[in-house]
Amino acid sequence: MDFALNDIQQMLQDSAAKFIQNDYDFETRQGFAQCDVGFNPDNWSLFAELGWLALPFAECYGGLDGNILDLMVLQTELGKGLITEPYLASVVLGGNIVQRHGNEAQKTTILEGLIAGKLKLALAAQEARSQNDISTISTTANKTDNGYLLHGHKSVVVGANCADKIIVLARTSGNSSDKKGLSLFIVDPKQAGITLNAYVTNDGNQAADITFKNVLVSFDDVLGDIDTAFDNVKKVLNDAIVAISAEAVGVMEKLLNATVEYCKVRKQFDQPIGKFQVLQHRMADMFMECEQSKSMLYYGAIAINSDDDADKAASLLKIKIGTAGRLVGQAAVQLHGGMGVTDELDVGHFFKRITMINTLFGSHDEHLDNLVKQQQVA
Amino acid sequence: MGFTLFMVNNTNIDFSESEKIFRLEVRFFFQNELPKKVRFAIDNGLRLSKEEQVLYQQALATKGWAGTNWPVEHGGTGWSATQKYIFYNESAKAKAPRIVPFGLSMVAPVIYSYGNKEQQERFLPDILSSKVWWCQGYSEPNAGSDLAGIKTKAIRDGDDYIVSGVKTWTTLGHYADWIFCLVRTQDTGKKQEGISFLLIDMNSTGVTVKPIITLDGRREVNEVFFEDVRVPTNNLIGEEGKGWTYAKVLLTHERTNIAGVAVSKQRLSSIYEMLSIPPVGMADLRKNNVFMSRVLATEVELKALEYTELRVLSSVSTGKAPGPESSILKIKGTEVQQALDELYVEMAGIYALPFVPQQYDNANIDSTGPFFAANSAPHYYNNRKVTIYGGTNEIQKNIIAKQVLGL
Repeated sequence: MDFALNDIQQMLQDSAAKFIQNDYDFETRQGFAQCDVGFNPDNWSLFAELGWLALPFAECYGGLDGNILDLMVLQTELGKGLITEPYLASVVLGGNIVQRHGNEAQKTTILEGLIAGKLKLALAAQEARSQNDISTISTTANKTDNGYLLHGHKSVVVGANCADKIIVLARTSGNSSDKKGLSLFIVDPKQAGITLNAYVTNDGNQAADITFKNVLVSFDDVLGDIDTAFDNVKKVLNDAIVAISAEAVGVMEKLLNATVEYCKVRKQFDQPIGKFQVLQHRMADMFMECEQSKSMLYYGAIAINSDDDADKAASLLKIKIGTAGRLVGQAAVQLHGGMGVTDELDVGHFFKRITMINTLFGSHDEHLDNLVKQQQVA
Repeated sequence: MGFTLFMVNNTNIDFSESEKIFRLEVRFFFQNELPKKVRFAIDNGLRLSKEEQVLYQQALATKGWAGTNWPVEHGGTGWSATQKYIFYNESAKAKAPRIVPFGLSMVAPVIYSYGNKEQQERFLPDILSSKVWWCQGYSEPNAGSDLAGIKTKAIRDGDDYIVSGVKTWTTLGHYADWIFCLVRTQDTGKKQEGISFLLIDMNSTGVTVKPIITLDGRREVNEVFFEDVRVPTNNLIGEEGKGWTYAKVLLTHERTNIAGVAVSKQRLSSIYEMLSIPPVGMADLRKNNVFMSRVLATEVELKALEYTELRVLSSVSTGKAPGPESSILKIKGTEVQQALDELYVEMAGIYALPFVPQQYDNANIDSTGPFFAANSAPHYYNNRKVTIYGGTNEIQKNIIAKQVLGL
């Protein structure tokens, strides 16, 4: 029984930690987040050089053959820097769905571009009405002689603003909540009929709502097989839950450490406020939530990686991260006092991110509700 | 457990072949080798009498499994962390009783770590065979969380100590033949440094045991009075004045299974079984979304805790000291236990009300409500102790703040 990192993971962790420490202090990060594109393109090239963009892909496509556990190690470290580079959107969502669902030709060309840092991706799955229920999709793709006509609206597509290709989930057959009948399409956001309403998100990242008005997609740009996308999208979303939970663990560790350090130096009533038991117990609670989250992350990552009751594992993990993130984030702001609600200090921005992580890929309440319903039909 | 968590192509929690065989052996033992009386009590959800508890522990001893955490040279199993994990899980699945910890898990490690050879030969075999029943003499009426404030005195008089004072919350002290005590041998200097670790025969003249009745209406804990009790000095463990150190080592020593994860897992799976096929007298609670979300929230916390415990076992098995994650086992483990208690009371519904203590010990009386109902509220009441004993959870948080966070 050994929960230690293997050599590759250790290298990954070290290089990511070094990158955050040397090249990604909070002020630099704010600079990237506030520029037009929302991140530093030079960093993206560096990610390519370091092999991070190749991590989860098979060797035959130029990847490093890593798995979700390796991604977890990387994401935890990157979380400590609050990176705004679209790693989640491009690699964990976009590249992942191409690898899982694409045909050989698509995998070869798209993943090659992605790994080289030349092509960025986004996955447009969720919609306003169904949100995280990805079987209920009302965007349609109707077959014509020249390809498919894509019509509908996709909501809050993370990383869409800078994506060179967007993978769109649409209904090709069946009723609006059937798991069968869903297909994926590769589109260029500049294509005729596509309107992107891009915006920054509350945590300093970027996303877009996208409208498709009878957009013609060639048969070559149908990703993989038609009508069978649901299972693979679900798997990709489970992977994404591991990835953002790992990021959340990094964020929580950062929040805990910052709070403990602040309480050691901030003096009131002639002593460091960390000497007050009421604050000590709150920090002990933060510590326990961080550790329990890390434990849950290990469980979730192992279960999802080995496809052992993966959907339930993803829900259990996301529920834990949701409650723990809220507790740790709110306590960190509270214990920083007025400073905790300023834009100037990093703590507030880590709090913003941990809060937004709860809304991604199903909130705590949604996953809990899903599990309750599963018990009721079991 | 034969797995390296992060190896790229080997990520299942999977046991090695020899561990799988061990698991079968443990499973077989619990299914087939328990004394009939013990089996009957387990099958009928009854509390064990002292006699049945001893029978159970003697069955373990015969198998060579009584000293779960003991080193081989003293007759222990010498099990790896993984084997202990398997043992506790199979034990819980079989709904086997817990091993009463005072002799086998608490005083024994102190005796084999700090006692002299004569003491080891004199005490350890009878502990291993459960021939002698031990209890713990730590807390006093005025020394609870502030344990170093104990006042029970041991004054040297020739080859004896003369002990006087009061110990309290002595679990199952009315069954005990011996008590291990923290006593004050010195009044001056730092209060921790005047404490010694002394073994006292409960049959000594001047020892009186008085019951304390707890909220379940039963006698589980006691007060133990010492009036000028003569205790031979060769019952002193280690050096005079080092008792506090030994007691602290004992606390960090005994981390395995402290969270009760295996038992909680078993209780949770019983809840799910009863929700899908409600026993006679129980309402269909699966339709109650609020209740169901509490069950699932408990499952979430327990799953995380299981992995926290695995992390601790993993670091111990690779020879490292338990990391900071170990300090949360007691807090989270007891919180989960109490959350499960609440769920059981909820499931008993209106049948949580009748007070039928006979039903704890006797399978032959007519059941009032579902079979688990009679015990649900008393167990809930009694189990409020778990966040209090062993260092209250508030004290545990102080420890985290000071020792882990450096506040």
